[in-house]
Amino acid sequence: MTALLIRGGHMIDPAAGVDGLKDLFLKDGRVAEIASPGKCKAANGAEVLDATGLTVAPGLIDMHVHLREPGQGYKETIATGTAAAAAGGFTAVAAMPNTAPVNDSSEVTRWMLSPERGAVVRVFPIAAATRGMKGETINDFAALKSAGAVAISDDGKPILKDSVMRETLASAARVGLSVIQHAEDTRMTVGASMNAGPKAFMLGLRGLSDESESSIVERDIRLVTELRDARSHLHVAHVSTAAAIAAVRQARRNGLRVTCEVTPHHFLLTEEHVGMYNTNAKMCPPLRSAADRDAMIEAILDGVVDAIATDHAPHAIHEKEVEFERAPNGILGLETALGLSLRWLHKEWKLPLGRVLGLLSAQPAALLGMKGRGTLTVGSFADVVVFDPKAEWIYRADAGLSKSRNTPFDGWTMQGKVHWTVSEGRVAYAAAKA
Amino acid sequence: MLRCRTCMNPATVRRTIHPPPVPASPFPYNPGSLLSIEDLSLEALSHILTRATLLEKMDPLERARILAKRRIALLFYESSTRTRTSFELAAKGLGADTTLVSSLSSSIEKGETLKDTGLTLRALGAEAIILRHASSGGPWLLEAETRLPVLNAGDGMHEHPTQALLDLRTLLTHLCAGTETVTAQTLAGVTVTIVGDILHSRVARSNMLLLPKLGARVILCGPRELLPEITSQVGPGIAVERDFEAALAQSQAVMMLRIQAERLAGLQVDLDEYKTRYQLTSQRLARLAPRVPVLHPGPIIRGLEITAEVADGPQSVILEQVKNGVAIRMAVVERAMLANRQEGGRA
Repeated sequence: MTALLIRGGHMIDPAAGVDGLKDLFLKDGRVAEIASPGKCKAANGAEVLDATGLTVAPGLIDMHVHLREPGQGYKETIATGTAAAAAGGFTAVAAMPNTAPVNDSSEVTRWMLSPERGAVVRVFPIAAATRGMKGETINDFAALKSAGAVAISDDGKPILKDSVMRETLASAARVGLSVIQHAEDTRMTVGASMNAGPKAFMLGLRGLSDESESSIVERDIRLVTELRDARSHLHVAHVSTAAAIAAVRQARRNGLRVTCEVTPHHFLLTEEHVGMYNTNAKMCPPLRSAADRDAMIEAILDGVVDAIATDHAPHAIHEKEVEFERAPNGILGLETALGLSLRWLHKEWKLPLGRVLGLLSAQPAALLGMKGRGTLTVGSFADVVVFDPKAEWIYRADAGLSKSRNTPFDGWTMQGKVHWTVSEGRVAYAAAKA
Repeated sequence: MLRCRTCMNPATVRRTIHPPPVPASPFPYNPGSLLSIEDLSLEALSHILTRATLLEKMDPLERARILAKRRIALLFYESSTRTRTSFELAAKGLGADTTLVSSLSSSIEKGETLKDTGLTLRALGAEAIILRHASSGGPWLLEAETRLPVLNAGDGMHEHPTQALLDLRTLLTHLCAGTETVTAQTLAGVTVTIVGDILHSRVARSNMLLLPKLGARVILCGPRELLPEITSQVGPGIAVERDFEAALAQSQAVMMLRIQAERLAGLQVDLDEYKTRYQLTSQRLARLAPRVPVLHPGPIIRGLEITAEVADGPQSVILEQVKNGVAIRMAVVERAMLANRQEGGRA
């Protein structure tokens, strides 16, 4: 293993309370030493990254991505998806199981983790809760955990049956895994393709009501309450409505282990961004009303939101160049999450940089029980992002490393330019020299 | 602005949030397109109404020189009698060559996408495409991909702008002595009630957008399943009234709609109750609105939303609407083709 010295940068490690100029020495895939600038003893002969004027932080962790492998390599592969992750500053991504076949077995989980997949940052598979994600038969969570799964979810196909969800929460708790729910009562959203409301009505589209999200969140919270002794952990994926965030807020007040994530598109965009049937603004949950979007921002600033996750969902160009109601749900996210979070949460809405980074690293690491990630204390994994927090740049989807181009943020101004992403001591991404 | 995680009472935390702006719509890409009725200014509306009359009166041989041998494609993904025929007669009346592609006798059946069908028609020399599509937004997709003038002949549950134009021409004949120059006041004091399956109706949506622009008040009337409560919030000049008779009594014109069985998607409507509450009968008409014109975009289902007596009666202007369709569509087709000749595509 090579040794790497990241020299002269401003290190921010919210979990360790570090915020100052440091040299960071990485060796054998771990953090070996943190020293005042120029004081690193063991660094002789190491490769040096000059981080003068840059921020050095724990590598970002996205707890919600779709890498499309196995089965849909024309949208994205584990290799291209993790390359996009590295370009966005991410060193760990948790991959949802709605692949083909579904990741509901140790075989699929191990296949995803095989070195042959060519991942350039760490992939953490999330295993399906039920066989084939059909919401009926619970999988063997212990086996999936030992194969490498970090959480349980039927993302995209929410578990509707109370009995199955109760058993999922209880079984996952027994093996120490979180249950991540995509909260959508699909019985209420048949044929729907955007947020229910006046805009959907005028566009002649069927809408997903906020109740279709909040009713499942409320049901799940009720189940967690009933299972209190089991210490179940419910994590609500991509919360999009004020009603759902209110339910999470209340559950937390009641001392339940209920956490949630919000995507950049849900804290930035509204149903108005659908414009005239822009399929790159179609995802599930959909872009909601301005009041919902404002509630997401409030909840992030208030600390009710535990993590920013992207729901990175690549689709091929031809799949999105169709009628709005026929287009698949989902947009890219890995290459824009940091740039949008810094531009809006930090610069515009004044969330301290350390808190933004915590939402993108330490907090998701804690939610998924990732030991030695999301922080840069000595002995931790050498997962690092080095970026210029002040640099503004224009995101061009065509220049992205993802295999797909489906993003509503093409041409948007980003803040914070990633210079290097280091995954377990190896440089996984280096920006082209300007 | 530092706010620690322990002091997070939301009631005390109120910030002014300046969110990212919503980008302006790039549509229409082509100045000849008619995608939404909203795209037409009062000036453009007046121009279309004026040209419709002139073209209607013009000598057919002279008229046929306007677009002589120019190519227009009609692309129909849904069945249609009135709209298709009148667009075709309109284009042919102006001398254009037309070709009809319908979803059941073309490569669309083999899985060809709307984009590819549009590009194929363009390569075949089509200078404009008239599109009827089952999905809301189809014309926007087609225009973005081909950059040709696209005329929306009805898209899903969304819009049917030429229907709104021919409805307007019909209303102006009966309520405003056939005026062709419209202003924001032209229909001031006029209430038009649209009755029935508003939820699934592109005709209703286009009329809801058009009529208030000329000063009219629009009352939407129907049961909750077919007329959701949020409809009252969609724009200025639009009100919801569940009581048909109350609406009728305030109206200067009434527009009946068919229940679109093909779009109900599992929705249950009790037809007997519907007829009791919303059917336009000659008794209701005589008692509450004895002089108002009765419109219907067709197809009519006699005995359901409207009785045969009313459909065939003296207040019915249904066939007049059909006739106006040809004149309006001549004006719209001419606009599509000449806008490009003079200005060139913006894209």
